[in-house]
Amino acid sequence: MKKYVIIGNGAAAVNCIEGIRSTDEFGEIVVISEEKHKVYCRPLISYYLEGKTDLSHMGYRGEDFYEKMQCRVLYGRKAVAILPESREVKLDDGTVVAYTDLCLATGSSPFIPPFEGLSSVKKQYTFMTLDDAFGLERGICQSDHVLIIGAGLIGLKCAEGIAGRAASVTLCDLADHVLPGILDAEGAALVQTHLEEHGFHFCLNDSVARFKKNTAYLKSGAVISFDVLVLACGISPNTSLFQDIGGEVGRGIVVDDRMRTSVENIYAAGDCAEGADVSTGRKRVLAMMPNACMQGYTAGVNMAEGNKVFDKALPMNAVGFFGLHVMTAGSYEGELYEEKTEKTMKRLFTEDDLLKGFILIGSDERAGIYTSMIREQTPISSVHFDLLKKTATTAAFPAETRRKKFGGVV
Amino acid sequence: MMKRVYVNEKWCLGCHLCEYYCAFANSGLSDMVLALKGKPIYPRIHVEGDEKISYAVSCRHCEDPICVKSCIAAALSKDNGVIRIDKNKCVGCYTCVLVCPYGALAPGEDGVMQKCELCLQNECGEPACVKGCPNKAIVYEERGEMI
Repeated sequence: MKKYVIIGNGAAAVNCIEGIRSTDEFGEIVVISEEKHKVYCRPLISYYLEGKTDLSHMGYRGEDFYEKMQCRVLYGRKAVAILPESREVKLDDGTVVAYTDLCLATGSSPFIPPFEGLSSVKKQYTFMTLDDAFGLERGICQSDHVLIIGAGLIGLKCAEGIAGRAASVTLCDLADHVLPGILDAEGAALVQTHLEEHGFHFCLNDSVARFKKNTAYLKSGAVISFDVLVLACGISPNTSLFQDIGGEVGRGIVVDDRMRTSVENIYAAGDCAEGADVSTGRKRVLAMMPNACMQGYTAGVNMAEGNKVFDKALPMNAVGFFGLHVMTAGSYEGELYEEKTEKTMKRLFTEDDLLKGFILIGSDERAGIYTSMIREQTPISSVHFDLLKKTATTAAFPAETRRKKFGGVV
Repeated sequence: MMKRVYVNEKWCLGCHLCEYYCAFANSGLSDMVLALKGKPIYPRIHVEGDEKISYAVSCRHCEDPICVKSCIAAALSKDNGVIRIDKNKCVGCYTCVLVCPYGALAPGEDGVMQKCELCLQNECGEPACVKGCPNKAIVYEERGEMI
């Protein structure tokens, strides 16, 4: 009988469990969960602070999920070493867990630069986990001025989440625009203006030279007083367990399209993994929910001797701030098609007869039609692109394609 | 195999009646005038096309639904082949809009996403768009699986 061990208990891990059970009803599954919570929707922690959801609605699966899947979850336990020769995982309490197949769904951790004087800051938080959200919930009061280091997705969603709980929110980022990971400078400018209208302050193209208690001294010379500090400088994939055994690691644990790593019987999925990006053909870490789920499920099926390939990963993000929605996918390379108004922006990037990527801001277009073109690498010459670039509509596809897509009467 | 809503482009008149029947069926009201008159409607099926061709689009209830896999709030789920949305879980992030290749999900009046659930959850009990289509262009039948 197979003995599956999964390190991690987030979306990738849970989808891995489901992947295993789709193929193997009987194998033993052990989940090593550093967090003491059942799996929850991690991206909802900002919505929780904002009051848009609550704990009773944040479960990623039903209460009886692990029972139904017949898994044993070791809560509050940390894997400290992999012993590939004996196929065991060593835990922080000294026990060892044997595996026939191992999935690393270890996620990522907040990246914290070595700021001078950081330890003198009393109230400092990161924003990755439910416990982080609980900490902020307890730690912030209405009169507090909050400084967030990092104006990327995590920093901005955190800012939105706590906006109603604090007196002011200031965000500082090394980059010269907000959301540097997903937007170009012009798109970011739209979002920034919108956020400034909601009271946020920004110090961009700047960074902290040193902290002294409740004061941040920036490289530009600016001085910011704050009560609460949030560090959202970025994330780094949790790869050390795998690195320690000499496995192939780039920025993340390198996986193929079956989520196999360089070490036999070890798979990886989610934020810790580095797989191929279909929009560029290059390998990269795609720390996003859809990717984590697909990779996790794929790993699970293959661990259980099934056969599943996931080779359609691409960077994509949908995120909203105070009602302004941003949808992006793919890479921003090639020829540009653009539509712009004061509050909205649409940018499509095309190259070599393919749609490579897009940015939609303030739009409620059916963006998935564009995303699927990138994912499926649909030649632009095969569609009515003059229509499609203006409106995301399946009417731009040839009737035959549409019949196949929709299963319509021939 | 399960029954799905299919549209025959050849017969679709582009009259948009399906949108009204859909909005009414999901309004929870028993009077069509009260439910729809003078209000913007938020149907879960929509007509696309141009002057030459038209067709209605609604959820395909995919075998391997990318929306369900992508949902950051686990609001979308598959229940006996039907893709359903839990409006109390949805936070309106638009990830499903970003991934659905058919354009079958869109926000409702409250900003929360909505989609076709085949009228299995409302009073109608079977797809109202099919019942109401004046040219029988929309049908509800078994045809094999969608990817």
